[in-house]
Amino acid sequence: MLIILGNRALSTLLETYAAIVGEDVVDQLRQLARLLENRRVVHVNSTREGGGVAEILTKLVPLMQEMGLETSWEIITGDKDFYECTKSFHNALQGNRTAVADRLLQAYEHANKRAAEALGPVLDQADIVFIHDPQPAPLLSYCHRGESKWIWRCHIDLSRPYRPVWKYLRKYVVDYDVSIFSLSAFAQALPHPQYIIPPSIDPLSDKNIELEKEEVQAIYNLFSIDPDRPLIVQVSRFDRFKDPIGVIQAFRLAKKYVPDLQVVLAGGGASDDPEGASVRREVEAFAEGFEDVHILELPSDAHRAINALQRAAHVVLQKSVKEGFGLTVTEAMWKGKPVIGGNTGGIRLQVIDNHTGFLVNSPEGAALRVRYLLERPEKIREMGRKAVGFVRENFLLTRQLREYLTVMVALIHGCEDRIELG
Amino acid sequence: MSIQSKNNHAFAVQDCALAAIATGQRAFNLRELRDKIRGIVPDSIYYHFWGGLLRPRFDDPEYHNDFAIWARYGLEDAVLAERLGIIDPTDFREMEALREWVIEVVEERLDEREQVPASRSDHPFYFVRSQIVVFDTHVRIEQPEQLGAAIPSMSLGSIFFHFVDARRRPPHGEDDFRPWLTTCFEGYDDLCETLGRLDPFFSGLAALRKKLTEVFAHYFRK
Repeated sequence: MLIILGNRALSTLLETYAAIVGEDVVDQLRQLARLLENRRVVHVNSTREGGGVAEILTKLVPLMQEMGLETSWEIITGDKDFYECTKSFHNALQGNRTAVADRLLQAYEHANKRAAEALGPVLDQADIVFIHDPQPAPLLSYCHRGESKWIWRCHIDLSRPYRPVWKYLRKYVVDYDVSIFSLSAFAQALPHPQYIIPPSIDPLSDKNIELEKEEVQAIYNLFSIDPDRPLIVQVSRFDRFKDPIGVIQAFRLAKKYVPDLQVVLAGGGASDDPEGASVRREVEAFAEGFEDVHILELPSDAHRAINALQRAAHVVLQKSVKEGFGLTVTEAMWKGKPVIGGNTGGIRLQVIDNHTGFLVNSPEGAALRVRYLLERPEKIREMGRKAVGFVRENFLLTRQLREYLTVMVALIHGCEDRIELG
Repeated sequence: MSIQSKNNHAFAVQDCALAAIATGQRAFNLRELRDKIRGIVPDSIYYHFWGGLLRPRFDDPEYHNDFAIWARYGLEDAVLAERLGIIDPTDFREMEALREWVIEVVEERLDEREQVPASRSDHPFYFVRSQIVVFDTHVRIEQPEQLGAAIPSMSLGSIFFHFVDARRRPPHGEDDFRPWLTTCFEGYDDLCETLGRLDPFFSGLAALRKKLTEVFAHYFRK
């Protein structure tokens, strides 16, 4: 791979990141990686496309490979009942009081048993296994553990799970060596260390890379958006926790005062989310009859279109009512946009009220802040500048990788409170 | 002023990051907070006082430790927040003494209140501890003047490591700069005295770096 940044040709991923985050940051990664050289690392999740986990792994895996770790990425698949089960888990673990039918649990266990057989040779030889989210959590109980270390990486908001479902899942999680959560509020009573590691974005991905003006302009034509009128955008899967209906309610309230206002709700499909289509239909039905509401179903690889939409927006919304982290918030901030975010989960970590955007608790609150910002373009620019700096310091992939490497070094070398390198 | 080198050991500039680890302990009201503070690992007390310096934040925070922040926004007890917020961890050489003082302040407030202050159910206090990762920057400094020149470009992690974390490392229990200046050189007593007066806690790491820069610049101009 050869990447041109400015007038420099950069031949490796690490060199390219060094040009963005600084050589010292990359040197820290190398110091940690030296202690893990030739170790075999396997990541397992349930989809290669769509959703934040797949996006992170797409870049994290090659980066770990380049640093000398033998890293691979496997996925677990299942039948319709498996996906229905894991979606129910997702909803219940984020607080919905929904029981999961035995039939679905059996499909879940069966899919994991099958995956354990298929992935056995890879997992048996691994030094470290990262299991992402609940979908493959039972794999450990069906595998020969040997000397390998198993890490459960939970990306969802587990602050107030529906207890019966968490109790079921917990029996698989307790045997892991370490868990990782995005916020301390998501940690649970578990008998092993629980690291707090927020996720991150990749500044070099198609979704976040700088775009030419023409490419942003083209998005207006493509989606029939008027470039001369204010635009608010929410990019999210069609999921009730993302509150797409609340976004339209906020738009309607704000439009009374900003008659030119346009809104885009852009949803990408994740292959492991069976509810997306029905939620989209609900949103379309709710929006029927309103002008200037653009509901877009984008393919999971429409990264540059999403990038352009976020850049075209005056203000970005992420009005979730539950949110593990909300990578779309980081993405928008990286593009210099203030974000009006739901006052929940990981959004609170990124949207620093009055600095990088506003935290809101209702469609009314969101409408108020939309109106406030659109009347103050200088505030939009000031918040945007702060947002870029905040993401650079805290939410780029290199920081997350450093923390993953730290966990691995601590596990392999048995470090407790101090890890001294160099 | 006679200044000479006693023992030419280069100063190794290091950097650090804190990895946060949840303890699984949380408190929903003030009595629970007191009880959990009694039993929590000392590292957690350290993290809730000092860890904020390296966490994402803007400007000067209203309160300088996590207990005070929770008292204000979790318990909505402004009086307790102010009493906890004034606690300066540099006044305590031992973490146990700091722990006892925090418990004392909390108990005093429990005595004053007729009802035990409680947080909203979605806003408990989460006890976290940390693991420190120390990196070598490969920067070596031979002379005190060079240290002064290097400080403005040091990362906030380096400032934390050499000026905050150093205080809990034996044998000196103070920042890393003063032992280097006194062990390897003679004649820097005034500089060390000024460094000893700097407050590492209340102003944040960026402001501390600025003050250190000014102290060295002023000293060597003189």
